[in-house]
This record gives sequence, C-alpha cells and structure tokens, in this order.
Amino acid sequence: MADDAPTTDEAPVEEAPPTDERREAVVAELRELMGDAVVDALVKPGLGIWVRVATDAWSETAEVVRHRMDFRFFDFLSAIDWLPSPYGRYEDSAVDVPFPPPMPDRADAEPGYTGGDTRFQVLGSVAKPGTDLRLLLKADVPDDDLRIGTWVRTFAGAAWHERETHEMFGITFEGNPDLRHIYLPSDFEGHPLRKEFPLLSRVVKPWPGIVDVEPMPGEADDAEGGEDA
Amino acid sequence: MTDVLTEAQQLAYANAQAADGRVNVEVETEDGMTLNIGPQHPATHGTLRVVARLDGEQVVSADVICGYMHRGYEKLCEVRSYPQVTTLINRIDWLGSFANEVPFILAAEQLMEIEVPDRAKWIRTILFEMSRLANISLFIGDLSLQVGAQTPAFLAFRDREYVLNQIEAVTGGRFHPNFDRIGGLKDDLPKGWIADTKAAMVRIREFCDLMDELVLGNEIFQMRMRGVGIIPPEVALSYGLSGANLRGSGVDWDLRRDANIGLAYDQVDWKVWTHPDGDSYARSWVRVQEIREATKIIDQLLDTMPSGPVMAKVPRIIKVPEGEAYVATENPLGEMGYYLVSKGDTGPFRVKIRSASFNNISIVPWLLKGVYVPDIIAILGSLYFILGDIDR
Repeated sequence: MADDAPTTDEAPVEEAPPTDERREAVVAELRELMGDAVVDALVKPGLGIWVRVATDAWSETAEVVRHRMDFRFFDFLSAIDWLPSPYGRYEDSAVDVPFPPPMPDRADAEPGYTGGDTRFQVLGSVAKPGTDLRLLLKADVPDDDLRIGTWVRTFAGAAWHERETHEMFGITFEGNPDLRHIYLPSDFEGHPLRKEFPLLSRVVKPWPGIVDVEPMPGEADDAEGGEDA
Repeated sequence: MTDVLTEAQQLAYANAQAADGRVNVEVETEDGMTLNIGPQHPATHGTLRVVARLDGEQVVSADVICGYMHRGYEKLCEVRSYPQVTTLINRIDWLGSFANEVPFILAAEQLMEIEVPDRAKWIRTILFEMSRLANISLFIGDLSLQVGAQTPAFLAFRDREYVLNQIEAVTGGRFHPNFDRIGGLKDDLPKGWIADTKAAMVRIREFCDLMDELVLGNEIFQMRMRGVGIIPPEVALSYGLSGANLRGSGVDWDLRRDANIGLAYDQVDWKVWTHPDGDSYARSWVRVQEIREATKIIDQLLDTMPSGPVMAKVPRIIKVPEGEAYVATENPLGEMGYYLVSKGDTGPFRVKIRSASFNNISIVPWLLKGVYVPDIIAILGSLYFILGDIDR
C-alpha cells in the first residue's frame, strides 16, 4: 500500500485540561445560591466535584441542587467515619493484640477531600440526568450530637439510604419519619460501619492469607507422627 | 383469641408466623387483610419479603423487608487488600459478575493514575456487555415464568449458556470470573475465541427475535404488563432508579454514552433505547432492545480489537495513593458505583457500594399503592432486582 499511513505507538499529544470549566461553573453556581453555606469545594478536572456544606444547610442543599440546579437524579447517601481503625487491618493474630485494643485518639481522624472538623461526615451524591455531571456533597456531623437534616422531603429515594446510614453509623436524620433498621435485625446493637466496631470473624480467626494459624491437614499428622517416633 | 388481641398484635403475630413458616399468610382484620409475600417466594427470586395491606383485591400500602442476605461487603472491603476485593464484589450481582468488578477497578486506577492498554479496554468492554447478556436474557425468561409462561424460561437458560461458555473460556469462571485486575486483565483471549463469540452473538440475536415474538408480542403478556406499575420520569429520578427502569420511563440517559470512563463505548456505533410509557411493559421492552444492542457492540469491538498487551505496568504490591474517587458504570441492573476512599494503604479505607437494585426496589412501597394483587408479581418482575445487589 503506497499511502500507508505511518503508524506510531505514540498517542497524539493531548494537553491535559488544567481546568474543567463545566464543573467549575457548577461550583460557582452553587456558591452563588448557597452563599456562606458552601464551606469548601474541590474540582478534579474531568473526574468529579466535591463540595462541603455547613451542617445546618444539609437539607437546604438538596433543595437547591434539585430545584434550582437541575441535579434531579438521587444517586446515594452514606457517611464516612474518619477515625483510623483501632484493629488496623487485622493483620496481627488475636493472640498478639489485647482485645479490645486501645481506641485511637479523636484527633487522629483525618478528613479527606474538602476537609472537615468532625469524625463523621455524611456523603451524598446527586447527578444531572443526561450528562456526566455529578455532585458529591459532604457535611460534618457534630461529634457530641450525631444529628443532621434529612433529604427525604426532596429526594424520596433518600429514605432507605438514611435508614441504612442510621443503622450503620448511628447518625440520626431529623425529619425522616421512618428510621427502622433496614438490613440488621431490629434488636441489633451497635453500628457496624463505625471503625471501633470489630469484625468479629477476623478477631476470632485471623485472616489465613496473613497468619497461617492452622497447619495443613497432612502436615499436622506428619508433625505429630514425627514427635511420637 | 382474636377478640383479645389488638390489630397491631395480630399483624405482628401473622408476620412472625409468615417468616417462620415461609408461606403466604392472609389475615383478615376489620378494614382489610394483610398479604405476606416471601421471604421465600418464586416471585422474589431470592429472599425478599413484601408485606402488603389489602382492601379487597387492592393494595393499600406495602412494606418491603430486605436484609436476609446482607453480608456486610462495605465492612469486609476495609480489611482486604485491593486485589482481594474483586473476589468479594463479584457476588453482588451474581448474574452479571464481571460488570461488578469494573467500576471498582476503574476507581482504583483513577487514583493510581494508571492508563490501561487499549486491548484490555476492549476486552473489558466485551466482557462487560457479555455480563449484560447473561443477566438480562435470564430476566426475560424469569419474568415470563412469573406471569405464567413456561417456555421462554427454558429458552433463556438454553441461550444464556452460549454466553456463559464464552465467559468461561476467557476467565475460567462461569459465574464469578474475578478476571479484572488493576492495570488490565489477568489474561489474554484464548485462541479461536473471537469466531466462537461471533457465533454466540448470532444465537443471542435469534433469541431476541424469539422473545420479541414469544413474550413481548404475546397478547396475554401485554395485557398483564401494559399500564401496570407506571413510573413517571420525575419520580424515577427522585428515587434514583437507573438502567432500563429509568429509560423505560423515557429518560434518555445512559452512563455508557454520557459518562464513559475507561471503557471502549466511544469507539462503537450504538444506540440508547428508551420507551415513553414507563410501565412494566416498557421496562421489559427496553431490556430486550438493550441486549440486542449489546450484541452489536460486542461484534464491532471484536472486529476492531487492537493488538498489544492486556496489562499495564503496575507495582507488585498495590498501594493506592491517598484520595477519593467515585466511578459508576451502567451495569445490567442499572448504575453501579463505588465510592473509594484510600489512605495510601494496601487496602481501602472505606468503600461505599452504590448498587442499582437497592434504589430500584426502594420505589416499591410507592409503586404498589393501589395496584391489584396479581400486578404485584408483574411489577416486581419488571423492576428486576438481584437480591445480592439489594443486600450487598
């Protein structure tokens, strides 16, 4: 072929966009509508928008993004416990570590994107239908009083997500009329996704990939046989 | 006995009995009756329980009780390393397992800033669409079974096998491939696989035509499904419905087209199907069109498959840099996403799993209000949920 195009392995030079105007515009619009209630915002170009709003503006944020910014799709709602796990990654066997281990200091909790002052943060996500725009919203939940506003008046789908967050983290959503357990039995005690809640199966028996506590069947017999002989 | 008990006590008793006996219990009270469906019931394909209060044949209110299969994956992810997580999340939507792995891997790759080789992208997209075929072909059979047609179920199981065989040929696993790796794929395609897959796609398209005639074109099926369980688009959006349930309500939105991250959907010519009706029939119709479209996507990708490696260079011990990422893809059941928080460790700090069925089923209490008892089954069937995807 005469007009064989030169093939190179090198991809065409693409200039990574340093800014993402569409997403920056969303943040600017939200700041304009919410004023000081927007505490911090972060845009990762092409990837996502993170916005932290004030605790008492949590419910209002949902109203604003749905009715005034057209983010009508309710994606999910959950929470994050920023405390480091006292159990680490359960890599030590239960024999080595006292149970329960000492609790990490509250000051060790380091929040992620857009910062934060509290151990727990709620995390909500909404999206604009027909586009790739998605808003990841965060708000601090006060340490001494785990309460925050509800989203159910704006997004009907938030009801189940708030039930789940309530049982998993112990955060109460004021205004949600139905915070029964959704996954756990109704008499379950504790909040499993909190970092201090132990994963008992790992405490009882450490992860075999890390500490092989039991000898393989053949080995055990051989070892005992060897001792006897 | 009924004289001394309050109504609430009677209901509690009946519900407890129903849960124990796993049979349907009907309790008559002064102003109606309570019908319990599940947890073990063919129409719930899994352990989901629906408690409906009836007035005659009409549902006054319905409550959905889930959690019988809750396995705590979000907690378990926190104690596993990144490569170990895919084994777990395979089991979320067990009919389309490979599709579960992809968004998690993409989220980790996003934080590690790894660019995947083209060939891996292509194969990922193909396997992703094959999960859709395996998942949704069974849906059609299952739905027909629930509304009283036996044959399509057998046809669905027969033809799904062509897809499962191809998935097995690449990954070694029929249901739980665990094939996706951070940086690419575990292995390349076996010899002769492309030709075999093309033949399988022809079979699936024949299956779609058959289902068009046998199910969607069937008068009885249409009578059962049309005008039943209508979801207006705004309600669907506010409940976070996704996938065919949203497109069946006329919302033209597909993450594969509109928010494609790291997969090869922008390289092929395909169409997003929607239906304006929003009823059970519309949802079923959209799903059948979707699998036909998926076979076309696969065919085109097989024709344009690039050569090269299937794995990028990644460190042997994977540590994901500190940061947060949310990646969602258009899975067979709808939008599935992982919110991944990393602290620079060998495993995630927190994983929030956004599964499609949880949102899709949260609309049921709203949707069942005022419908007739036989329509409960048609509506649950057309919403299409996988229990593992609700309970995680």
